[in-house]
Amino acid sequence: MHVHPQERLWMTVGLGILVLFAAIITTSAIVDGFVPPSRVQSIDPTKVAQTPPFDHPGLRKIADGAYEAYYVARIFSFAPAEIRVPAGSRVTFYVTSADVEHGFSIPATGVNTMVTPGWVSSVSHTFKDRGTFLLVCNEYCGAGHHTMAAKVTVE
Amino acid sequence: MAVATKISSGALAERSGQELALSRAAGDLLVLAHVYTATLVLGIGALFGMLQGFSRANFIVMPPWFDYYRMLTAHGVLMALVFTTFFITGLFTFAVYRTIPRIRSTRLGWIGYCTMLVGTVTAAIEILAGNASVLYTFYAPLKASPLFYLGATLLVLGTWVVAADLFLNVAWFKRVERGARIPLPAFMAACTMIMWIIATLGVVAEMLLLLPWSLGWTAGIDVGLTRMFFWYFGHPLVYFWIMGAYTIWYTVVPATFKGRVFSDPLTRLAFVMLLLLSTPVGLHHQYLDPGVSAGWKWLHTMTTYGVAIPSFMTAFAIFATFEIAARRAGVRGFLNVVRWLPWRDPVFAGPALGMILFIFGGFGGIVNNSYSMDVLVHNTMWIVGHFHITVGGPVALTFIGATYGLIPALTGRQLFAPKLALAQVYTWFVGMAIMSTAMHWAGLLGSPRRTSDVSYFGAQGAATWHWQMVWAAIGGTIIAISVLMFIVVATGTYVVNRKAAVRPDLEFAPADDQAAPAPAVLDRLGRWGLVAIGLAVLAYAGPVAQQIQAHAYLAPGMRTW
Repeated sequence: MHVHPQERLWMTVGLGILVLFAAIITTSAIVDGFVPPSRVQSIDPTKVAQTPPFDHPGLRKIADGAYEAYYVARIFSFAPAEIRVPAGSRVTFYVTSADVEHGFSIPATGVNTMVTPGWVSSVSHTFKDRGTFLLVCNEYCGAGHHTMAAKVTVE
Repeated sequence: MAVATKISSGALAERSGQELALSRAAGDLLVLAHVYTATLVLGIGALFGMLQGFSRANFIVMPPWFDYYRMLTAHGVLMALVFTTFFITGLFTFAVYRTIPRIRSTRLGWIGYCTMLVGTVTAAIEILAGNASVLYTFYAPLKASPLFYLGATLLVLGTWVVAADLFLNVAWFKRVERGARIPLPAFMAACTMIMWIIATLGVVAEMLLLLPWSLGWTAGIDVGLTRMFFWYFGHPLVYFWIMGAYTIWYTVVPATFKGRVFSDPLTRLAFVMLLLLSTPVGLHHQYLDPGVSAGWKWLHTMTTYGVAIPSFMTAFAIFATFEIAARRAGVRGFLNVVRWLPWRDPVFAGPALGMILFIFGGFGGIVNNSYSMDVLVHNTMWIVGHFHITVGGPVALTFIGATYGLIPALTGRQLFAPKLALAQVYTWFVGMAIMSTAMHWAGLLGSPRRTSDVSYFGAQGAATWHWQMVWAAIGGTIIAISVLMFIVVATGTYVVNRKAAVRPDLEFAPADDQAAPAPAVLDRLGRWGLVAIGLAVLAYAGPVAQQIQAHAYLAPGMRTW
């Protein structure tokens, strides 16, 4: 098949860019362990309120500057409604849904994951700056979806 | 005797010529039904879209009897699933019927159209009545009324009937014109419809879970599995739109300036690549889903980069078409070529303005696929900005521009208010540029999508994106005005009924005579379809098995609206 020399050049450059992007993604996955939140842990969505640790949602201190935060998302609120952590803390969030699909997003940070009934989502973040962060549900969950929010205060 | 034979064969030719003309008119009527349905749906969808912009900018609060989420469901379903699908099935019927002229029955085509229409009306009634505020992604365990799922299924099954009609016509051509190449527009139509059938298997599989569950026959649903089935379909859906637009870019746009298709073989190759690579990529919509391992997500990232390749080829081919035609007319130099193009013809200007938007849409798509960046924008307004600058940009502008050529060609009428038509495509371009820029920006600030009011009771973080929402509402208003102009021209052409002196037609550009014929293997569409199924299985067998193997608890359905 005849391919124009200029098209050959164009396609070579285009492919080169794609290969570069693919290499960057792959390298950051292998070297830095950077992958999207992909926890594979199932949970019975009808028994979230009785299943530890989600029967007592909230913040747990693991070590100095390291926390685990267990959240239950249900229409149209998050439990806990607010957590407070010292600046510089690394917080690992574990979230599950007691009803429908929700989102779990803290704008202006990298914290963002889907919350699917039947599964536990997990995402970690180090909070360097002080302030009050808005935590919102960013997947439509029903009539009161726009009121579904919580707070993360970094002291 | 010899004279008598001559006369009778002449009469026969005349009679068959008449039958051919009648058959063509019958086909045109069928295509016109598709195009006008798409036009009407676009009008309703645009009105809802404008009101959503007002709601998010806090200009209005939608009343409880017609709440934001009901309207958002209607907007998404009508624009993404109905407008696009009706236009594309109409366009492909036109492409196949015109390039394979024969005396044919349009019965199968009408059965397909009517099935699509009944499905659409059924689903639309349920949405407007508030029984299906589940948005166009209908994620379980949000549970809509069974009629909504049934309507959506009928819409899909109707497209299968249309596809069957097109395949039968292409098969007839291959049988009669043994050895001849399938005409390029018919090839593109058949290739896209094969891709579409493979893609819609996902949504049909999902419906087989959702329908019995919504009827109460099954108690719970595997939410992860339905999401995977949906996005198996959801991304090739995007390529269905794009392949419809590319068909116009490759074959109709060059005809507006007497140009030629840059390369017939490379065009066929690009479409075969789109057929193969559109499906095994859907997990890039589920990067942030729990229950799907990072390895599978990585695999789909790589295949998604691959599906950019035929788009790179298309970009080269289209711009080469422009330049070669301009050079033939003795025009040289970048700016002179740009100026030479028929910017005052809406059939050209619509798609061409869409191409400009698609440059940015394509960049955004690569960003979204790179999952380290997707984490920052997932489910934010950035995504809404992205699909408005893609399906609402190149795809819709191309379909609208082509409609200005199609309606006169199908009705023999002069286009009503051609200056309004021209102003319309530019107005849309400006409105969409403003709106999608504001949406992308709001998304970078973290503004969530699919949310009626993003002020969060005056929370500090929410104040940062308020002005972008105002700009999005302004852009949305300009687009809604533009759609009104489109409807005036499209319906005015029919109602005013000014017969054209010379019957207008929508021409397909011939292929460049310099190019060597395409390898015959590219026309073996059935086999390419089997390869495409193989690739889809390779990409999805693992993730689906993972869903089924993990203890997949079933979730009861809920109506949370």
